[in-house]
Amino acid sequence: MTEALIDVKSLQKSYGDFTALESINFEVMEGEIFGLLGPNGAGKTTTLESLEGLRAPDSGTMRVAGIDPTRDPYKLKNVIGVQLQSSGLPENITPDEAMKFFCAYHGVTPRFDLLQRLGLGEKRTAQFYELSTGQQRRLAIALAVAHEPTVLFLDEPTAGLDVASRVELHEMMREFRSKGMTIILATHDMAEAEEMSDRVAILLNGRIAATGTPMEITAKGSGLTKVSVRTKHACLTQDDIKLPGESQRLTKDDYLILFSTNISITLSAIIRMIEAEEDTLIDLRVERPTLEDRFLEITKNGEEN
Amino acid sequence: MKAFINHLSFEFKTGIRNKALLIMNYLLPLGFFLMMGFVMGGIMPEFRSTMIPAMIVFAILSTTFLGIPDPLVNAREKGIFRSYKINGVPAVSILIISILTSMVHCVITAVIIIISAPVLFQADLPVSWLHFSIVFLAMAFACSGLSVLIGVISPNSRASVLWSQLFFIPSNLLGGMMVPYSILPEVAKKAAQILPPTHAMNAFRGLAMGYASDYSPWASISILIAGGVIAFILAIFLFNWDNHNTTKRKFHPLAILALLPYLIGIFVLT
Repeated sequence: MTEALIDVKSLQKSYGDFTALESINFEVMEGEIFGLLGPNGAGKTTTLESLEGLRAPDSGTMRVAGIDPTRDPYKLKNVIGVQLQSSGLPENITPDEAMKFFCAYHGVTPRFDLLQRLGLGEKRTAQFYELSTGQQRRLAIALAVAHEPTVLFLDEPTAGLDVASRVELHEMMREFRSKGMTIILATHDMAEAEEMSDRVAILLNGRIAATGTPMEITAKGSGLTKVSVRTKHACLTQDDIKLPGESQRLTKDDYLILFSTNISITLSAIIRMIEAEEDTLIDLRVERPTLEDRFLEITKNGEEN
Repeated sequence: MKAFINHLSFEFKTGIRNKALLIMNYLLPLGFFLMMGFVMGGIMPEFRSTMIPAMIVFAILSTTFLGIPDPLVNAREKGIFRSYKINGVPAVSILIISILTSMVHCVITAVIIIISAPVLFQADLPVSWLHFSIVFLAMAFACSGLSVLIGVISPNSRASVLWSQLFFIPSNLLGGMMVPYSILPEVAKKAAQILPPTHAMNAFRGLAMGYASDYSPWASISILIAGGVIAFILAIFLFNWDNHNTTKRKFHPLAILALLPYLIGIFVLT
């Protein structure tokens, strides 16, 4: 992961009075899974569509594997694979026909093995409208990777998939990455973004509000660590107690839930108090802030890098 | 070329698999043919002389004006064209394939009508198969071109239905299929000349069926071909990959140019 395969500089796009993208900049390295996050209307789709050659920006520059998507959309087609959020296929086409059709336009041999691998082996001759949402999405992914693109754009790839298919897809994404494929993953699923992405960018109101590895982004947050603790005699739940480092507290299902600004002194205080009160510890859980917590914080506060 | 043939083959199959298209391409024209054969053949025996061209013209109208625009609008609305663009399908292929597949469906329907009409209803056969084929292809091309253009410029299905019906309904009333052009009032004759079926029926009568034409049949063929070419060029120019891109909408009024050959015909043909 040494070279920027996707390079976006000062990208700007407006629709009438609405500014969809306000001079955004980011780079995606070769072989990286890059998560693109943001609430609805943040500019994710415009960014993706600009990179896919579907939308011409008002200003700024873009390079996808050295190609300008606006100037060379037909050169771009063999370099990128795109799984669109909408189906993007005629309702009467069968998976076999779709595979032949798209591979023919890419000039490659149809990859029927991908249909088998993505669990569509028995549906190869079914018409597209007869497939379930999950099957339609898996077909879109199979078609997107059939010509072995350098860059793969996935837009909400696991929406509507069952757990097994989701795991299988994540496995495939890792496999694609290991082969050097660069993946842009647009998703609302923060757990997925955190698990799969090497780096993420959070878009907000057409601007990049945060970018970095999921760990870096969560570390830049308020720093509150969640502690859930349950004791036999509930010695910690009295209202007049305030533990060192404690920021806020609440009780739920016999658990005391604390948010701590300094986890080490809060935990030490909890243990000391339990011993002093001769209570018994039943359960203690410490959770670091997740990407979802940080995402909510950013979208609420509009925080910028 | 392999990709083009693959695409053409799939689109042709869709015209049979898709229930709505099956109706427009086959069930409606053939059902109408049977109904007209039994009804008109009984009460108006002279209808048999132009029954084959009239029913084939109806089949072309059904396959093109009712069968082409809405699938194009739907494909654009559902993001199918976006997916095509990403995968390198040229816009011109999408439009040519729409026209070619419709013409193939028209040929199949025409063959069924030509074979069955003489047997079932004692309909007259053409005297010149070559001229019959030329007029048929010119009519199918003219209507396909206009239908593709309607599909390209219509922002939604409702608009495409409206524009299509603006051609389909008057064509059936004034196009010379049920009521001969010669008995129309003068104003109606001029209005009829803006419709492709009027020219097709005139050319069929004069060149293929061995009857007198109302005006130059070769002028009719020229108008049909010119109309088809202009409509097709405009459709390529105005084609949009998706509904979000509105840059070409300001040029949509140019679509009226597709009627230019017909409008010239109104003033030139007598």
